Amino acid sequence: MNADVPGKTGSGIGEVVLAPVRFTMGLIDAPLRWLQRVTGISGMAAFFLLPNMLIFGIFVLLPFFINFAYSMTGGTALFLPDRSFVGGDQYARLFDCTNYLNANSCAEDTFWTAVGNTGWFVIIQVTLMIAVSLVTALILNRELAARSFWRAVFFFPVLLSPVVVGLIWKWILQRQGLMNFGLYGFGFDPYAWLNDRNWAFAATIGVSIWAHMGFYTLILLAGLQAIPKDLYEAAEMDGTRPTRAFLRITMPLLAPNLLVVVVLVLIKAVQIFDEVYVLTGGGPGTSTLYLTQYIYETGFATQLRNPGLAAAASILMGVVLVVLTLMQLGLSRSSEKKGARK
Amino acid sequence: MSRVAEFILRRKGGKRWHWTDIVTWVWLVGGLFVMFGPAVWLVGSSFKSPAALAEFPPTILPYVTQKVTVEGYDKPLDLYNVTLPDGSKATLAEVRRIGIVSQMIDPQKPGEIVKVNISQRTPVREMSFASENYTEPFTHFDFVRYLWNSVFVTVTATLITLVVNSMAAFALSKYEFRGRTFAMLLILATLMVPLSVIMVPLYSIVSALGLFNNLWGVILPTVATPTGVFILRQYMLTIPDELIDAARMDKASEWQIYWRIILPLTAPALAVLAIFSVVWRWNDFLWPLIVLSRKELYTLQVGLSIYSGELNVQWHFILAMTVVTMIPVVLVFIFLQRFITTGIAGTGLK
Repeated sequence: MNADVPGKTGSGIGEVVLAPVRFTMGLIDAPLRWLQRVTGISGMAAFFLLPNMLIFGIFVLLPFFINFAYSMTGGTALFLPDRSFVGGDQYARLFDCTNYLNANSCAEDTFWTAVGNTGWFVIIQVTLMIAVSLVTALILNRELAARSFWRAVFFFPVLLSPVVVGLIWKWILQRQGLMNFGLYGFGFDPYAWLNDRNWAFAATIGVSIWAHMGFYTLILLAGLQAIPKDLYEAAEMDGTRPTRAFLRITMPLLAPNLLVVVVLVLIKAVQIFDEVYVLTGGGPGTSTLYLTQYIYETGFATQLRNPGLAAAASILMGVVLVVLTLMQLGLSRSSEKKGARK
Repeated sequence: MSRVAEFILRRKGGKRWHWTDIVTWVWLVGGLFVMFGPAVWLVGSSFKSPAALAEFPPTILPYVTQKVTVEGYDKPLDLYNVTLPDGSKATLAEVRRIGIVSQMIDPQKPGEIVKVNISQRTPVREMSFASENYTEPFTHFDFVRYLWNSVFVTVTATLITLVVNSMAAFALSKYEFRGRTFAMLLILATLMVPLSVIMVPLYSIVSALGLFNNLWGVILPTVATPTGVFILRQYMLTIPDELIDAARMDKASEWQIYWRIILPLTAPALAVLAIFSVVWRWNDFLWPLIVLSRKELYTLQVGLSIYSGELNVQWHFILAMTVVTMIPVVLVFIFLQRFITTGIAGTGLK
């Protein structure tokens, strides 16, 4: 049991770095042997699972359940025992509207503004995102020279942090920015794009697509490459036109991947926050105020913070996300089954 | 050369240009500009002086107006190429400007002031990289501290993620015990609970544990990531159980089996998870923004966003710091691009 695994025996720098790790791991072994003798192998299974479950329980599961309790309490106090029980008041307040299509008629007008903004954002962004990713994936799936280079080109922004993404585009869209420089060449006057309600909204959509399309392109590309090439060869032999081959071979075989991607994009779009927060801060006015920012500001940022209201809003958002995630799990399972049949 | 061009421009069918070939190349070349252009522009801008940044139309490369020190004037003066009323040209320094009239002097003969219409002058420019954009944040702001906080959070969180997730994955892939399916489902269910849904109660729990305004409050909630458990488990399932049985025959403890057999064999999956964890943690924004309210604890991302709000005029610093924030991720991207893309395509995780 000494040499760990063939090919993994220590050499040079690796050994120097790993030596203290090995030493510590060895120290841990003695008490654990004792534990193993006492509890047996099934006890060790629990031991291995414990750290993860503990962290998971405290920081994910517990907050998840407490969230319901929070949403039924009022006041500005932070800890649950200090908060007063108000029942469904927070929900009632969120839904206190004379006309649901007009945010101004609601008691919580910013909430409904955020809902409306998020709704439009999701509809437009998801449509464009899927279109752009699909076209890119189809193009990258062709016989290209330096294909991995082109794949990297479109993937690159995915790894950038949302703050960096937000700042890059804030810099480009400002009055002295690159965007105006480009338009200046065509004789347009400089314009402060992010100070315009509609352009700011459009910018959040464009920037979020720019930042994430590479990820979905990659998933779709993997799906495209799984389609057997001989199907296309057979179609060509039969004199099938390329458009027909696309509609009859590519699309049906890609459909399961495409559906999964649609749901993934939806889930991400509903939660949009970071890059928008840096890019526009939700403005001008409330034109790019989306749900997560509403929850963040209601729960933490404003003077009149109201954790109960924020919790209620986050639960409503959670319901939407759970439905979407269940859809995704169902879809990926059915696509796996299809894959198995192939 | 022509063979290279032929290779690059290889077309569908091989003979005529099909319309899809044109779309392909327009898309690819356009994509190259749209995807890389903004980042390149950011890096280029980060070397410009505040005056050059305020300029419109902007220049591609960082230029500044040449300055000259003239006897009798405290500050260096801007140099201009001037067309004088008699049609001759000269290089003069501007003393002050009143309306459309600029008062200028010849640096060699500082005595006499020449009045010039501003439309008759163009600045003398030279290329200059404002490296102080990079050095000054290091000395004037808490930039080093932010950098250190980010590095600490990223490294610690990644190490804990690897240990904790691999242990859980080992238990879930190599042991039969009651409640295994339940634990698995519980972990998978977490995928449904994004931070934005639980941030209010999570905040109060982190505060109750005394981790508010503490870097551990940023690290701990993120480390039990379900995607990590998931990909490690999938990988460990492919390791044959016979190895474990053999080790047990040799009187190896379960812990030894874990760290001497399973961990080394899971190295490729661990590497993928490590890369992702580093990128995730380095880029984290919303949660550190909530947990950290003391300036000296900010991570780079939080510090940068706060700066960009407070110091809206100091773009030259913000741009330079943004570039620094970008560097680790860009390095990861350059060297590990292949692993990342196959990792995503294979597991669908980000």
